Amino acid sequence: MALLELRGISKRFGGLQALARVNVDLEIGMIASLIGPNGAGKTTLFNTLTGLYRPDEGEIRFQNRSLIGLKPDQITGAGISRTFQNIRLFSHMTVLDNVLVGMHSRLNTKLWQIFLSTQGYQGREKAARHRAIELLELTGLSGRENEWAHQLSYGEQRRLEIARALAAAPKLLLLDEPSAGMNTSEAQSLMTLFKELIGRYVQAILLIEHNMRVVMGISDRVHVLDYGEKIAEGHPDEVRQDPRVIEAYLGQGAWTEHAKG
Amino acid sequence: MTRSLAPIGLLAYISGSCLLAILYPQSVLAFLLFEASLLLLYYIPAHAKVKSALAALVLVLLMPLLGAINGYYLEVAIQIGIYAALALGLNIVVGFVGLLNLGFVAFYAIGAYFWAIFGSPQANEFIAGGGFPLAPYWFFIFLLLSIGVGAVTGVVLGLPVLRLRGDYLAVVTLGFAEVVRALLNNLDKPVNLTNGPRGISPIVKPPLFFRPVLEFFGLQITDAKLYPLYFYFLVLLVVFVIILVTRRLESSRIGRAWKAIREDEIAAAAMGVPVVRMKLLGFAVGASFASAVGVLFAAKQVFINPESFTFMESIGVLAMVILGGMGSIPGAILGATGVTILNLQLLKGLSLWLNGLRQSGAVFSLPFIGSYPLSELPVQFEPAKYERMVFGLILILMMIFRPQGVLPPRREQRK
Repeated sequence: MALLELRGISKRFGGLQALARVNVDLEIGMIASLIGPNGAGKTTLFNTLTGLYRPDEGEIRFQNRSLIGLKPDQITGAGISRTFQNIRLFSHMTVLDNVLVGMHSRLNTKLWQIFLSTQGYQGREKAARHRAIELLELTGLSGRENEWAHQLSYGEQRRLEIARALAAAPKLLLLDEPSAGMNTSEAQSLMTLFKELIGRYVQAILLIEHNMRVVMGISDRVHVLDYGEKIAEGHPDEVRQDPRVIEAYLGQGAWTEHAKG
Repeated sequence: MTRSLAPIGLLAYISGSCLLAILYPQSVLAFLLFEASLLLLYYIPAHAKVKSALAALVLVLLMPLLGAINGYYLEVAIQIGIYAALALGLNIVVGFVGLLNLGFVAFYAIGAYFWAIFGSPQANEFIAGGGFPLAPYWFFIFLLLSIGVGAVTGVVLGLPVLRLRGDYLAVVTLGFAEVVRALLNNLDKPVNLTNGPRGISPIVKPPLFFRPVLEFFGLQITDAKLYPLYFYFLVLLVVFVIILVTRRLESSRIGRAWKAIREDEIAAAAMGVPVVRMKLLGFAVGASFASAVGVLFAAKQVFINPESFTFMESIGVLAMVILGGMGSIPGAILGATGVTILNLQLLKGLSLWLNGLRQSGAVFSLPFIGSYPLSELPVQFEPAKYERMVFGLILILMMIFRPQGVLPPRREQRK
């Protein structure tokens, strides 16, 4: 069953066609990758999907419901959450509070309950903290709850972003270059984590990734963007062989060189 | 060990400084030492309950006692309370949500005029029947209503301007405060709503509903003595409620959402925080605090005019928040206390001391350099008039040596 359907998404910034009639389908239980050279429109697609940009044309359907015109927080509420390419943590908040912010849309506390500090409210806050700690354990950050987010190392900050995104209890998780700046073993443990998430924490993952080892290792499906157009889609092995993909990455003539070699 | 010794030591300090202040009721220094006990209380390692008990002892018992001896102490304490409430309100907008508001005093003015107009004969100018001023008990109703009035004006200002950020927002809020002041100054015609620059007086004070109780105990206190005490406790109560509300909000999802917006608006929205609604809520809560304090201020002053709500007041409150540490509740209170004491006590005390020297005719002499008769000290040299300069210097030094403020927000330790 299709969790997410993108139909003919176009986005133009002045004279630049950032996305041109892009179609993407995502099934439940799937890890899909979005690859392409720099400036291909991958992050633009994420931003369009999460409501930061409004597409000029096209339709986004999530669980058979249109997301066009919804605000970013409403889209998170509908069940899509994301991480950012350039880490965007809340630096002057504790690690625990970062994760708790992710739960905002799941904690339906009324103002008067906060003022009176009711039993029910306290119980929900406590449960939220428990869940946050659980997510921090999952991402390998247990014991760091009370540190400022900016005190964490680069790799830890990336993992905290994942924990924060998971806190929103998403059905679809969007990861923008999760393994950027990580070494091989860190990337390896990240891949294990993603496989663990499917089915237990999220229904599907869509990731932007430059690390081909990660892409080929965990993707069920790969979508390739170039100059805002989708040039290929398929199983990792098919995409790897696709002449248009090799051309996009290595330039014209590379395919013939590759074939000769 | 220190956890049990520290409270005892502090208790000794409190009683000692209190005794000093009683023995030397004119001494600024003795009173400062007494005020410092609250700061020490914040720092000592002790159980929260012990701390609250000591704070209650100082604020509910000793402070009024000192105030009964020297009325000026009480005046200072009331001023501190009013500014602490304002600083706590602005701290929500600037410290938590991270929106620079240069016109915070407008909400304070709106609250003050709200009670001033209806709690004085002023309302008779535009409402026929001569039913004004309202009876004193209306003060409490207006105190509650002013929370709503402040919240509504906060939202009304917030709606159009919250899409602006940083400098632009600051300029618009500054303009808003000036518009409010211009309106207060000019709404005496065609219909006399505010009585213009002449201001409004006399404003009705809250009722002395506890008078029979005092008389039952055989206490005969004149109104002039009773009102300062009364206002002191009212301000104390309001500040207490504001601290409680702010603390609860801070540790709730709303407080977390505010700080997330301050840190990164886009990431906050992506995490499901409704940014516009949360900003409006921050504006409304901050404004409602200021407005409620405005009602108190109007009743305390009996007379108000637009001059009490100038741009410098906004800047003063902002400086309190910055000095104390943005986003920190104890910081805002400390900032308000420090700045108020500086203005009302330290500089005035210094001026008095210099005047004393001038009149004593003493001669200041240093070997090799020569001597200088202190009676020739220029009369212009009066620290009380250098308030803004001293203030500016402190701000500059703070920005160089401790930009995060005196008491920056602490990480909450919890499990």
